[in-house]
Amino acid sequence: MNPVLLSLAVLFSQLSLVAVGGGNTILPEMQRQVVDVQHWMSPAEFAALFALAQASPGPNMLVATLIGWRVAGGWGALVATLSLFGPPALLTFMTSRLWDRFRERPWRHQVQAGLMPVTAGLVLAASLRLGIASAHSLSAVVILVATALAVLFTRLHPLLLFAVAAVAGALGFS
Amino acid sequence: MTEPAANPAPSLAGLFAGFLTVGLVGFGGVLPWARWMIVEQRRWLTPAAFTDLLGLCQFLPGPNIINMSVALGARFHGVRGALVALAGITLAPIGVVLSLGVLYERYGGDALVQHALAGMAAGAAGLVLATALKIAAPLRGRPLGLAIATIGFVAIGVLQLPLLVTLLVLVPASILLHRTAR
Repeated sequence: MNPVLLSLAVLFSQLSLVAVGGGNTILPEMQRQVVDVQHWMSPAEFAALFALAQASPGPNMLVATLIGWRVAGGWGALVATLSLFGPPALLTFMTSRLWDRFRERPWRHQVQAGLMPVTAGLVLAASLRLGIASAHSLSAVVILVATALAVLFTRLHPLLLFAVAAVAGALGFS
Repeated sequence: MTEPAANPAPSLAGLFAGFLTVGLVGFGGVLPWARWMIVEQRRWLTPAAFTDLLGLCQFLPGPNIINMSVALGARFHGVRGALVALAGITLAPIGVVLSLGVLYERYGGDALVQHALAGMAAGAAGLVLATALKIAAPLRGRPLGLAIATIGFVAIGVLQLPLLVTLLVLVPASILLHRTAR
């Protein structure tokens, strides 16, 4: 196997198994590996690919598909996607029948209560790393904060928010 | 299952179609759409059964919607159901994201496009920040939870420690502390 494809497979399958609380928790580690360890792209390019993935419909971790594609073309996209989605899918398949048996077990709730603050801290970390990678100017900081406020306090469609952010950036606002 | 309101098991084609539409309309978080499709529109699960299944999907690693499609597909049609549901939720979005990637490769060097993408990247970071604050909101007034979240934030966001090591320390510690805090 081509060494780059192997690196993609190892990186994303490892990340997939530590993605507690959804996908955003692994973003800082993904960024660190892709930018600082493997030197596949700059922080700004990582932030741009993440933005493209967020502007697409569907599962929110499709940035892996884009990274694989940028690094190793179509095979890279395939390997990165399968590596990120495959292990959790297999785990879900194997455990979904067992789950009903544990419904009333107290440890289920203890584990969930313990995981929640960890998830919160890691997603906050993801926003900090993405902020550092993307907010190079005062206006970019304004776009970041305005988008966050809009998501928190309005019911505007995320796609509309991305369109506004893109136009604001293109108008030389950045 | 004794609860009412659940339809008979969907066909493989129904599974694929249901998750395909969810994949195509779900922007910035697919789960609300998935719940609507599964519980309200197609009535594959009762609300309580959906919440229970979501618990599993959040408990396991990986994107929740991926786990949801696999668990639901497996429940109705075993391996084939899981694969069909997974294909339904992923194929169309992968096509869209790769098309955007091709456009990025072709026009990404253009100054105007770069500025627009820089704006979008800042917006995407803002979206993640808002998501983080929503997840962290229930921690208000819970010093233990806030402390754990802060440690995780500093370790990964500021110090950039490796994720696996951080999780291997922080998750067991958090679960034990929450148990004894009760």
